[in-house]
Amino acid sequence: MIKTDGKPSGNAAAGRTGAAIEVRGLRKSFGDHVVLAGIDLSVPAGTVFALLGPNGAGKTTMVRILATLSAADAGEVAIAGHDIVRDPLAVRSVIGVTGQFSAIDAYLSAEENLLLMADLWHLPRRAGRQRSAELLELFDLAGVGPRPAFTFSGGMQRRLDLAMTLIGAPRVIFLDEPTTGLDPRGRRTMWELIRRLVRTEAVTIFLTTQYLEEADQLAGLVAVLDHGAVVAQGTAAELKRRIPGGHALLTFTSASALEAAARQFGDRASRNDEALTLQVASDDSARSVQDLLAGIDVDAVRHVALHTPDLDDVFLTLTGQTGKEQS
Amino acid sequence: MTVKVYPLRDTSTMLRRNIKQELRDKVAIGAIIGIPVLFLLLFVYVFGGALKDSVRSASTPAYIDYVLPGLIIMTAAAGLIGISTQASVDMTAGIIDRFRTMAIFRPSILIARIAASALQTLVAMVAVFVIAFALGFRSDAGLMRWLGAAGLLAFVTVSLACLGLAFGLAAKTVASASNGPFPLVVLPLVGSGIVPTSTMPAGLRYFAEYQPFSPMINTLRGLLLGTPIGWSWLIALAWCGGLGLLGLIWSVSVFNRRDRQRGTPGPGFSAAAAG
Repeated sequence: MIKTDGKPSGNAAAGRTGAAIEVRGLRKSFGDHVVLAGIDLSVPAGTVFALLGPNGAGKTTMVRILATLSAADAGEVAIAGHDIVRDPLAVRSVIGVTGQFSAIDAYLSAEENLLLMADLWHLPRRAGRQRSAELLELFDLAGVGPRPAFTFSGGMQRRLDLAMTLIGAPRVIFLDEPTTGLDPRGRRTMWELIRRLVRTEAVTIFLTTQYLEEADQLAGLVAVLDHGAVVAQGTAAELKRRIPGGHALLTFTSASALEAAARQFGDRASRNDEALTLQVASDDSARSVQDLLAGIDVDAVRHVALHTPDLDDVFLTLTGQTGKEQS
Repeated sequence: MTVKVYPLRDTSTMLRRNIKQELRDKVAIGAIIGIPVLFLLLFVYVFGGALKDSVRSASTPAYIDYVLPGLIIMTAAAGLIGISTQASVDMTAGIIDRFRTMAIFRPSILIARIAASALQTLVAMVAVFVIAFALGFRSDAGLMRWLGAAGLLAFVTVSLACLGLAFGLAAKTVASASNGPFPLVVLPLVGSGIVPTSTMPAGLRYFAEYQPFSPMINTLRGLLLGTPIGWSWLIALAWCGGLGLLGLIWSVSVFNRRDRQRGTPGPGFSAAAAG
C-alpha cells in the first residue's frame, strides 16, 4: 500500500546548529540534465531566506526536495532538525508550502478551503473555525462568501493559497515564486502579507524568486542560484559590496565642457566623447553629490544620473548574464 | 519525532471534500445519469419497435425490461469516466502537492475518491431505475433478488471506480482522462445489453459473450427479470474482482511513482496549470 509513515529519526543533524533549514551536498539530475549540482545552505530559524535565480536555475526542484515532494540523488537535508528522508512525516508536520500554481480546491469556497486545511492539520473544530475567520479577515477574503474559488481573480487565489498554508501555523514556510504572474498591486499586497507574517509569527521563510527587488524587499539572506549552483550567498548589502561601486553619470552640453570636467576629475572618471558623458565614482549621499558638482561648471551639465548597485547588478555580474544577451 | 496519523479522520475529511465537489459539478452528475437515460429513450422509443421481436425468445415481456440491465451497467461505466476526470483534475492541479506536503494519511486521498465516486454512481443508478419505472419498466423480483442486484451493482461500481481512478491518475491531461475511457461506456452495447448475442455474426458474438460486461448484464437481468443466470454470476464477480484489483494496484503504483519522481514541470505543464 501507500507509504505514510516514516521511521522516527535517530539523529537530528541540524538540531545542534539551530538552523531551521540545513542543506548539505544536495544533488539532483533528470537524466543527463544536472539540475542541482551540490548545494550547501543554512537558514537560521526565524529569518527570511531568498533563493534568487532565473527560470530553469533549479529553484522549484530545490523547494520540491526540501518539501518532501521529490527525492534528491545525493545530499542531506534537515528541516527543523528532521531528516527529510528518514522522517518525512515529521518534516510535513512542521512545514507549509505555497507553490507557483494555486494549490486550492476550485470547487470549494474560500472558507471551505481553509476549513479543509484545518481538518487535515487536525485542529480542534473550534480552533479551526476561529483561525479560518482570522485568516479570511487578514487576507481580505472575508467578504467573498460562498462562491467557489474558481471564480476568484489570480491575486485572490494566491492570497487564499497562502492563507491555506498558514492555517496550521507551520514553523517553516516555503514560498515558491509567490508573486509570479501577479500585477504590481497584487505583488505589493503579497509582500505586505509576508512581512506581517515575519513580524507577528516566529516562522522561517524560504522564498524563491526571479525578482531581484523581491529578494531585496523581503529577505535577510539571499543566495543566488545559477545552473544548479549557489554562486553567491549573503545579505543583500553584502552582495552589493561584491560588485563595482556606485557612480554618477554626468551629461554635458558640449565637448569642451566635457573636456574641462574630465581634466578636473582625472582618474576618478571615465569619459564617453560620443554621448558627451562622464562617469564618476560616487555614492548617492547629498554630500558626495555636492562635492562632485563643486569643482565643475554646473551650467554646462545637461543632467545628472546617480546609480547605486542593486541586486540586478549583483545578479548580472555573478551569473554572467549581462545586457549583451538582451540586445 | 513520532507524528500521530489519523486514518479515519483524514478519510472522512477527504470524503466530505469529494462529495461537495460532486454535488457542485452538475455537468458530471448530469452526464452519469444522462448518458444511460439517453440510450434508454433511444432504444425503447426509436429502435425498440423494431428490436422487440429479437428479444421475444429471451422470454421478457417488454423491450424496456430487456435493455434496462445493460443501461444500468452502462451507468457504472459512465461513473468510471467521472472518477477518472476528478482524479486527473486533482493530479494536474496544485492541490495534490499540497496534500503531499501535509502530515496526513495518504491513502485517504485515494480511498475517499473511490468511495465518493461509488456513492455518486449508485445514486445515479437509482435515478435511472426511477426514470425506467416511470417509462414502464417492471420487475417481478422479490426482496432477496433486489438485494442481490444491489450487491452486484455495488461491487461492479467499486471495481470500475478503482479502474477509473487508475486511468485518471495515469492520464497526462484532464482531457485524456475524460475522453480516454469513453469506449467503455458503449461497450455494454456490444454485448448482451441491447439484443441477444445469438443474433450476432460469429466473430462478434464470441467477443460479445466473453467481454466483461455481458456476464454482469446477464446476472443483473436474471435477478431483476428471472431469466436464467447460469454461471454468469461467478464470471461477473471474477471480472469485477480482477478489474478492481488491477485498478487498485495500478493506482497505487502511479500515485507513488509521481510521488517520488515528478520533475520540474516543463513549459507545457506550466501553461496548462496557469491557464
